[in-house]
Amino acid sequence: MNHVPSGLVPGAPRAQQQSSAWRKIKKQKILLLFCVPFAVWAAIFCYAPIWGWIMAFQDYNAGKGIMGSPWVGLKHFRTFFQEEMLYTLLRNTIAISVLNIVVGTIGAVSLALLLNEVKGVFFKRTVQTISYLPYFISYVVVANLFLTLLSPTDGTVNRILMKLGLIDEPIFFFGEPHLFWFLVVFINVWKSIGWDAIIYIAAMSAVDTELYDAASVDGAGRWRKMWHITLPCIRPTIVVLLILSTSGILSAGFDPSYLLGNPMVYEYSEVIDTYVYRMGLGNAMYSYATAIGLFRLIVSLILLYLVNRIAKKLGEENVL
Amino acid sequence: MKQRWQDTLFDVCNIGFLTLLMIVTLYPFLHVLAFSLNDAVDSMRGGLTVWPRKFTFANYGVIFRYDALIDASVMSVLRTAAGTLSSVLCTAMLAYSLTKKELLGFKFFNSFFILTMFLYGGLIPTFILFKTIHLYNTFWVYIIPGLISAFNMILLRTNFKTIPDALIESAYIDGANDLYVFFRIILPLSTPILATIGLFVAVGQWNSWQDTLFFTVNDKLQTLQYVLMKILNQTEAGAMINQMKASLARRGMVKVTPDAVKMAITMVATVPILCVYPFIQKYFVKGMLIGSVKG
Repeated sequence: MNHVPSGLVPGAPRAQQQSSAWRKIKKQKILLLFCVPFAVWAAIFCYAPIWGWIMAFQDYNAGKGIMGSPWVGLKHFRTFFQEEMLYTLLRNTIAISVLNIVVGTIGAVSLALLLNEVKGVFFKRTVQTISYLPYFISYVVVANLFLTLLSPTDGTVNRILMKLGLIDEPIFFFGEPHLFWFLVVFINVWKSIGWDAIIYIAAMSAVDTELYDAASVDGAGRWRKMWHITLPCIRPTIVVLLILSTSGILSAGFDPSYLLGNPMVYEYSEVIDTYVYRMGLGNAMYSYATAIGLFRLIVSLILLYLVNRIAKKLGEENVL
Repeated sequence: MKQRWQDTLFDVCNIGFLTLLMIVTLYPFLHVLAFSLNDAVDSMRGGLTVWPRKFTFANYGVIFRYDALIDASVMSVLRTAAGTLSSVLCTAMLAYSLTKKELLGFKFFNSFFILTMFLYGGLIPTFILFKTIHLYNTFWVYIIPGLISAFNMILLRTNFKTIPDALIESAYIDGANDLYVFFRIILPLSTPILATIGLFVAVGQWNSWQDTLFFTVNDKLQTLQYVLMKILNQTEAGAMINQMKASLARRGMVKVTPDAVKMAITMVATVPILCVYPFIQKYFVKGMLIGSVKG
């Protein structure tokens, strides 16, 4: 069906224009019913919380609301920057997320490279299907799996290490502060490596096969082809994903630290996410926690901008 | 061409390494599964690997006789079902209306929804919002905030646009309205993508536990994942385990240990995912590619 031309007719008299708009509303009443209620939903659930960032500059009081609470300027930001925990928080957050990005990217790219070299279709599909299983499992379950596996009383890992004679006494892995970052990063990578590899595998399937044929003629082996053809061809994908992940450098994730952390490793497990939760919801310091969240958001935006600029300088594609 | 010995060596190493990866991925699941199916007292001897020594379903029996766990399972199923159905239906309705470029205010609505993908309200503002509109500590806090996903909307819309225009226009000529076209033509012709998105939403709903932690205090709203989290969290575990022990002793099930029950709950929280995820996997790459082009 040919719909009435959209928009108002510029030359028509005003009364006629209004009635034509009205007619259009009537005509599209079902479409508008499919759209307008959700616009209201978006205004409330996606746009209204943005307005809540104002709380960071107030002493928010639940009784007075955002409109009535007193303004305090940058007080909460100053408190945060003078916080004793600040160094520990930033160190843990940045360490965990940088390790995550580096180990996660290397792991996913390596897995994609290896899968790309597998010739048997069945074996390849089996490996892929199994490798992205953990991505769909909740972190609660994953935490439980690893707490069981690494348990000092009957954990498989301790049993193996004892049998090999590498240790005399079982290790309480989650009680060792210095191990915490590495355990969390290992678990995160274990959980997401298969999923992260999908995008690299897709990028590799787009590589021109003539390049490989030409290299074979020149006598290149598998390693040389991987190193000189496959990797350079997927470099843009890697760079884009790296740039996108740098903006999340101050978000090390709530789940790992909350689920696996305990008072023994607190010094190495507390990150900004868990701190915001404890201060905001635990201690009801709403404004203070909002200020920390806002600080993180601003840092993310700045990082995204800077990394994008640097990548552009280095001759990579502009992702934003 | 004759294979060089380096290539054969490479293949062997490659297959060996990938097999190791599969073992490392599967072992934790199989280990906990064996634990949950093994006699609880026998498990305390230690040394279990991936095969139960004394096979029993007793540990699972406990879950289905312990009221708090039944309630939590029911709540998990409820929120998954309600959350998935409502989210898929609403997102599809929105996607349909946004396939029509002649929609009044199309440009505004389009950017209004796309922009939501990049907005982030933060924990505390969201918390205050839920309190203000009385969503806090109700069942609806699991459902309403996830009603629309702009990302899924784009996926659905891209798919709806592949349905031939002639089909829709002939329906209009026969006097059908948009309601009829949407429910009788668009939805039935898009079942694969609807199922895929539905499964993704369902997995998210089933796995979610943070919203229970942040936005509810009522015990009745606890989900399976949340109960499991509470058992894991060592500061809160004591009370829960004592409660469970008392309940178990009352029913003469002293042979079951909290550890064994924990393993059984873990499996109950995992198995539904294991059942659905092979169905989504064939759409993984396709969906991610569309997303990476549009996102």
